[in-house]
Amino acid sequence: MNAVANPVLACHGLDFGYDGRPVLRDVNLAIPAGDFVSVVGPNGSGKTTLLKLALGLLRPTAGEVTVFGERPERARHRIGYVPQHAHLDPLFPVSALDVVLMGRLGLGPRLGPWRGRDRDAARAALAEVGLGDHADRHFSALSGGQKQRTLIARSLAGEPELLLLDEPTAGLDAHVEEGFFRLLEELNRRLTIVMVSHDLGFVAGVVKSVICVGQKVVVHPTSAITGQVIADLYGADMRMIRHDHRCSEEGHQC
Amino acid sequence: MLTPAFLGPLAAHAFLQYALLGGVLVAIPCGLVGSYVVIRRISYIAGAISHSVLAGLGLVQYLRVVHGVTWMSPLGGAAAAALVSALVIGWVSLKLRQREDTVIGAVWAVGMAAGIVLISLTPGYAADLMSYLFGNILMLTPRDLVLIGALGVAVVAVVTMFHKQLLAVCFDDEFASLRGVRTARYHFLLLGLTALTVVVLVSVVGIIMVIALLTLPAATANHLTRRLSHMMIVAALLCAGLTAAGLALSYGPDLPAGAVTILLTGALYFATALIKRR
Repeated sequence: MNAVANPVLACHGLDFGYDGRPVLRDVNLAIPAGDFVSVVGPNGSGKTTLLKLALGLLRPTAGEVTVFGERPERARHRIGYVPQHAHLDPLFPVSALDVVLMGRLGLGPRLGPWRGRDRDAARAALAEVGLGDHADRHFSALSGGQKQRTLIARSLAGEPELLLLDEPTAGLDAHVEEGFFRLLEELNRRLTIVMVSHDLGFVAGVVKSVICVGQKVVVHPTSAITGQVIADLYGADMRMIRHDHRCSEEGHQC
Repeated sequence: MLTPAFLGPLAAHAFLQYALLGGVLVAIPCGLVGSYVVIRRISYIAGAISHSVLAGLGLVQYLRVVHGVTWMSPLGGAAAAALVSALVIGWVSLKLRQREDTVIGAVWAVGMAAGIVLISLTPGYAADLMSYLFGNILMLTPRDLVLIGALGVAVVAVVTMFHKQLLAVCFDDEFASLRGVRTARYHFLLLGLTALTVVVLVSVVGIIMVIALLTLPAATANHLTRRLSHMMIVAALLCAGLTAAGLALSYGPDLPAGAVTILLTGALYFATALIKRR
């Protein structure tokens, strides 16, 4: 995996800590274009931190992270970021379309109202996530799954090449989650996807490789995930769910 | 609401017409900026800015009476104090987020204290303190109305130009910054608009009650609407209607117009909040 040419996202000897407390140490990874990566690990292990480093919201204490070969700040316009929706104000007066239009910032006009072109792009993004008839619904009236899809549409409206998702399935029930993974699988045909997951989020069989964030950060193709790897990571046996592997790349063992 | 006991005097007295027009004109910045203040949840910042205005008003009076400085208007002093407070609070909330509430409290009380000391040092002007604190819409002059109107036009222009960015920053500022929006700039822009709006509202309801007139019509509108643009229009209409009603109802029994306006505003807010809860 270190031999990836032109990786979309790469870390070299990356260290990061909050106030001197190390969180990530000597992370080396390279994610190729077209990959679908799930970042897993226990709570507090640094999964979201890794995402924020890739967005340039945090700076590494040592080493480097690059996105499309550049500093993350310079590549942001090519990244679609999907945060958790739980921190958003439920009373906020916006429609689903208003939210998606925010993804057009940086592409649309700087001054004045949105143009028709931006509205068309936002409506297309909503249609792509299956919410074409929900454009004028109040954001807070949407279900958890629909809110999550709206936030994905918002990131798609910015015409990204890389999608970063932070715990997108948190709080979704199983059949909603299933449809959600189908959507991501569809998007993965044209986008590289990196998804932080609180569970082992590759159960739907759509994830191509897994980054385990623990004491050290290790990349596996999904086929190399065994009960032992999971036990090492979480410190206890976890339920394993079998699925069809589609990954043939070489990975290394924990 | 517009009782004969008010309509007769309204036709006869220019000061009542100015007051009524003033209430309508302040409603424009009040509805627009108040809506941002509510959705961005910075009511307490608006409260601190409004109380610090007393320092500016006190300084202008002190310089005028004691040192004969006449080129500064009370409104100018109020605007300067409000903008300085907005800058201080904005800077602190960007740099030292965890201490924001302490600094808001400090600006709030220190601004009041400086104003009270300056006013007590100024001979013969203690009566003004009451109209600063509780407002006196009946004292609006045509010159005040021109200034209030000009501010309304400026606020509408700024909001029309930057509404997309302001909305995105209020909704999810992290995402907005990732889309290339300079969020700190818009944070300061919003605080600056809040400061100027507070200054014109002080002339209507006074320093102490500004926070209610700025936020409660917008919060009520938030209960009644689903999009920010609609919320702003409804908030502005409510603000105009409530100041007119406060003026009309207070005139006959000779009650303070500002306080009556705030009682009506608060009653409407709690009523819609209760209905919304059902």
